[in-house]
Amino acid sequence: MVAAVDIDGRAAQLGINWSEINLDSIQLPPGDDFGIASDDEAVYHEDQSEFDTGFGNIIVVDHLPVVTREKYEKLEGVVKKIYNQLGVIRENGLWMPVDPDTKKTLGYCLIEFNTAQEAQNAKEKTHGYKLDKSHIFDVNKFDDFDRLMNVKEEWEPPQARPYVPAVCLRKSCCMFVSLLRCFFFQENYQKWLTDEKARDQLVIRHGADTEVYWNDPRQKMPVPVHKRPYWTESYVQWSPLGTYLVTLHKQGAAVWGGADTFTRLMRYQHSMVKLVDFSPGEKYLVTYHSQEPSNPRDASKVEIKVFDVRTGRMMRDFKGSADEFSIGGPGGVAGASWPVFRWAGGNDDKYFAKLSKNTISVYETETFSLIDKKSIKVDNVVDICWSPTDSILSLFVPEQGGGNQPAKAALIQIPSKVELRQKNLFSVSDCKMYWQSSGEYLAVKVDRYTKTKKSTYSGFELFRIKERDIPIEVLELDNKNDKIIAFAWEPKGHRFAVIHGDQPRPDVSFYTMKTAQNTGRVSKLATLKAKQANALFWSPTGKYIILAGLKGFNGQLEFFNVDELETMATAEHFMATEILWDPTGRYVATAVTSVHEMDNGFTIWSFNGNLLYRTLKDHFFQLAWRPRPPSFLTAEKEEEIAKNLKKYSKKYEAEDQDVSLLLSEQDREKRKALKEEWEKWVMQWKSLHEEEKLARQNLRDGEVSDVEEDEYEAKEVEFEDVIDVTEEIVQESM
Amino acid sequence: MRPILMKGHERPLTFLRYNRDGDLLFSCAKDHTPTLWYADNGERLGTYRGHNGAVWCCDVSRDSSRLITGSADQTAKLWDVQSGQELFTFKFGSPTRSVDFSVGDHLAVITTDPFMERTSAIHVKRIAEDPQDQVADSVLVLQSPEGRKRINRAVWGPLNQTIVSGGEDAVIRIWDSETGKLLKESDGEVGHKKPITSLAKAADDSHFITGSLDKTAKLWDMRTLTLLKTYSTVVPVNAVTMSPLLNHVVLGGGQDASAVTTTDHRAGKFEAKFYDKILQEEIGGVKGHFGPINALAFNPDGRSFSSGGEDGYVRLHHLDPDYFNIKI
Repeated sequence: MVAAVDIDGRAAQLGINWSEINLDSIQLPPGDDFGIASDDEAVYHEDQSEFDTGFGNIIVVDHLPVVTREKYEKLEGVVKKIYNQLGVIRENGLWMPVDPDTKKTLGYCLIEFNTAQEAQNAKEKTHGYKLDKSHIFDVNKFDDFDRLMNVKEEWEPPQARPYVPAVCLRKSCCMFVSLLRCFFFQENYQKWLTDEKARDQLVIRHGADTEVYWNDPRQKMPVPVHKRPYWTESYVQWSPLGTYLVTLHKQGAAVWGGADTFTRLMRYQHSMVKLVDFSPGEKYLVTYHSQEPSNPRDASKVEIKVFDVRTGRMMRDFKGSADEFSIGGPGGVAGASWPVFRWAGGNDDKYFAKLSKNTISVYETETFSLIDKKSIKVDNVVDICWSPTDSILSLFVPEQGGGNQPAKAALIQIPSKVELRQKNLFSVSDCKMYWQSSGEYLAVKVDRYTKTKKSTYSGFELFRIKERDIPIEVLELDNKNDKIIAFAWEPKGHRFAVIHGDQPRPDVSFYTMKTAQNTGRVSKLATLKAKQANALFWSPTGKYIILAGLKGFNGQLEFFNVDELETMATAEHFMATEILWDPTGRYVATAVTSVHEMDNGFTIWSFNGNLLYRTLKDHFFQLAWRPRPPSFLTAEKEEEIAKNLKKYSKKYEAEDQDVSLLLSEQDREKRKALKEEWEKWVMQWKSLHEEEKLARQNLRDGEVSDVEEDEYEAKEVEFEDVIDVTEEIVQESM
Repeated sequence: MRPILMKGHERPLTFLRYNRDGDLLFSCAKDHTPTLWYADNGERLGTYRGHNGAVWCCDVSRDSSRLITGSADQTAKLWDVQSGQELFTFKFGSPTRSVDFSVGDHLAVITTDPFMERTSAIHVKRIAEDPQDQVADSVLVLQSPEGRKRINRAVWGPLNQTIVSGGEDAVIRIWDSETGKLLKESDGEVGHKKPITSLAKAADDSHFITGSLDKTAKLWDMRTLTLLKTYSTVVPVNAVTMSPLLNHVVLGGGQDASAVTTTDHRAGKFEAKFYDKILQEEIGGVKGHFGPINALAFNPDGRSFSSGGEDGYVRLHHLDPDYFNIKI
C-alpha cells in the first residue's frame, strides 16, 4: 500500500490527477521502454536473462522499526545480517526509504536477491520473524504487492465477476479487458466449425513464425488464417476440443481463440513454464515447470499449477522434488514423466490422478483435494491408465519377491475405489495398457519370460469393460515368439492392428473383438506379410489405417482399407517424421520436421493416399490439426447419413466441380497472360537483334551469321476440345 | 533416355561448354586438364595439358579453332583446339574464375579472384588473330565495389558494348566495356539473396539466367537488367542453362558438397530440374549424379544436354522424342 501512497504523493506533487489520465494514451519513446514490461507477451524478449524478467527476486519487509537517521545504518546492518544468511543480496539490493520530512525511515524495506528462489525462500523463512516484541516482520514478494492491491481495489461481489484472479502479470487492466470479453461479450469460440467449406484448421511452427491455416484441398493449398512471429517461446498446443490454442512464454502460458481471428483470451502466470496439459473437457489447464538443482546430485524442483481455463484462476499448485512426480526414472522431460496428472476420461473433468511411489493419488475437481482425503495405497504400482470415457483406472503392478508374488493388472472404479476386476500374471517382464477410445476394451500387452528367462515373448490380455463381470480373454500371436513393434485400436471400433515379427520386414495383423457369428471372441481378420512398417495410424473414424515406415524405412506409407482388407495406395514421403490425421479422417498430413536438415515441410494426402499438395518450410518444428469437439449426431443419425450418402454428396460434388472449373479457368487466364507478356519481350528482342545485325556483322569481320540463329524455332499451339464426358461410379468414397 | 557417362576427370567437374556447331563438348574440372569430347557419342578426343591447378572455366571461339581456359594456377591460357597446343598464357596474381570470348572473338573477358592483398577484378584482353602477335596487356580492368567478394562469372553483353557480372555479393552488375563505367546494378529487393554461382545467356544475347545459393534462378533482360522470371527450387543452385529450342530452363545443384556424405543420395536432390521458362513451373528432373551438379550445358541444337557433377562424371543426355511434346 505504501508504494501506492508514494506514487499518489508524487503525482500530487506534479499536479497530476490520476483519474484524468488514460494510461493507454501514454506513448513511450521508441527504443526505450523505461523498464516497463510489455503487457503483450507476444513481444519477444530474447536476450533478457532469467533474473531480469520481473521483480520476482525482490521482497518487501514490513513492520521494521522506524528509526532516525543516526540509527539508519545500524538497522540496515541488522537486516542485512538476517537476510544474508538466506541468500545473496544484490549489490545495493537493500533499499530502506526515508520520509523526506521527518528524516525517519518508513518502517519497511525492499531487498533484491540474486534469484527468485532465494527471495521465495527468504519470504517463507522470515515471514512472522520477531525482531522484538513490537516488530514482527511481514514479508511479501514485491510481485504479490501489486496483486494484493489489485484484489482490494477491484473486488466486487463474486456473482458479477467471480474474483479477480491472480493471473495477470502486473497489468491488471488488460486482464480485466479479457475478463470482460469472456463474460460479457461472449464470442463464438467455435466459429471455425461453421466454415462453409467444412475445412479444418492446422497450426504450424517454422523458423520464428507460428501460422494457422485452413487446409483447402479444393484449391490444393493451405489458406492463411493467422500468422505471428514469436507467438510462443517453445511450442503451441490445441485444447482437446479445439477451442483454444495455448502458447508458452517466460512468464506463463496464454490461450488464444475467438470467432474470426486469434485473440488472447486468458493468461496463466507460471514463470518459465515448460509443459502444459489440458483436461479432456478443457476446463482446466495444468502447467509444469522444473528447476534444475544447483547440486547435480539433488533431484530437480518441480512446480505444477492447475488453472481454471475460463477464469484464469489458479485452483491448486503442487511443489516438490522431481522424485515425487515420477516413477522409475525420468520420462519425456528431465524431471518427471509428462503428463504428471492424468485426467479421467469423459468431458466432465471430474478426477485426475497422480502416480507416485506405492500410491495413486486421485483428486477431484470440486474441491481440488484427494478423494476421501486419502490416496490409494498400492505397493510397487508402476503404471496407471484412465479409461478414455469412464472414471475407471487401470493399473499394473510388476512381480515382487523374485516371482513369489505375481504381477497384477487391475481395474479400479473411481470415486468408490472398488476393484472391478484384476488378473494375476506370471513371469512378466513388462506390461503396457492400451484403452480403446470409447472405453469398451482394454488391451494389456504382456511381455513374459521364456522358461530359460533369457528371452521374452508377448501376448495380450483383452478386457471387455462393458460386458457383465468384465470377461478377460488371452490372445497369443500365431507365432508367439514374434516381437510386437506396434499396437493400435481402431478408434470407436472393435478392431485392432498389430505389427509383429522381425525388422526389417515385419508382418501386420488385424484382429476383431466381435464377428457376426461370434460376438464374444476375438478372432483374426488377416495378416499382411513382410511390410515395411513400424508405426500404425488409424483414421479417427476407423476403417482406414496407414501402415507407416518411419525412421529406418525413410517414410514409406501404405494406405489400407480394413473393411475390404485391401491396399488403397502406397506412397512415400521421404524421411517423414510425423503422420497426423485431420480430426474428420478425410485428410492426412505427413511432415518432415527440423530433426532432418533437408526437405522440411508437410504434405497433405487424401484418406485414400492421393497426394494433394506439398508445402516446404525451412526449420519446420511442429504441425497440429485443430481438434473438433465430438459430433452432436446420434449413432443412428450418422448411420442414416452414411446410408444415404449419395443424396447428400450430390450437392457437394457440384460445388467441388464449380470450384475446380473456376480454378482451371483462372489458371488458364494466368497462363495466357504470362505467355502474352513473354511474347512481347521476345518481339522486342527480335527487333533489337535485327537492328544490331549490321553492327554484329562488322564485329565478326563481315561474316553473315544471323540466319542460322533463327533457324531453330519452336511454335507452341494449344488446342482444347471436349471429346467425351462420362460419369463413372468409383467405389470407396467418403 | 539413357545417358552416356563420360569418365575422364578425376575430380569434380567445374564447367561444360559446347562449340557453336554442337559437335564438340569441352569439360573443365578440378583436376588440371580440360578435356574435349565428341558431343554425339561421348568419345574422348583429347586433353589440354599445361595448367597447374583446378580449371574453373573455358570458352571456345565461334570457328572452333581457339580455346581459352581460366585456372586456379593464376593463369588463363589460349589453346589451339585441334592440336591441343598451348598458344599463350595470361598471368595474373590471383586465380582466374571465368573467361568469355566476345562477339567476333577479338576480345576476351577474364575475372580474377580476391587473393592475398588483391581484390577481385574483371580484365578485358585483346585476342590477336595470329598468336605470335598476342600481348599480355589488359585493355581494361574493372574493379568490383565489393573487392573482397569473388566474381563468379562475367560475360559480354549485346554487341560487346557491356559486360555482365555476378558473384558472391549476390548483385548483378552491367559495365560499359568501353569506359569501364558501372551502368546498372540489380535491385536488392528482387535480386538474389545469396551468392550467384552461375550465369548463362541466351543465344541472341537478349536475356540471361543466373543461379544462386538462395535456391532460386532468375531470368533477366540483358539490356535493361529487368527481372523477368524467378524459378524456385529446394536446393542451392550451382549451374543453370537454357534450352535454345524450347522455352525450358534447367537448374542443377544440390546441397553443399561438405554435407553430402552425411545424407542419403536421395535426400541430396542431385537432379537437373527442368522448368517452363514462361510459366515458371517445374516440368521434370533428370537424376543420376551422386554429388551436386556443378555444370550444365545445352547443345546448341537443343536436342541434347550434358551435366557435370561433384562426382567427377559428365553425363550426356540425348533427349527422348517425348520431351519435345511435353505439354503443361
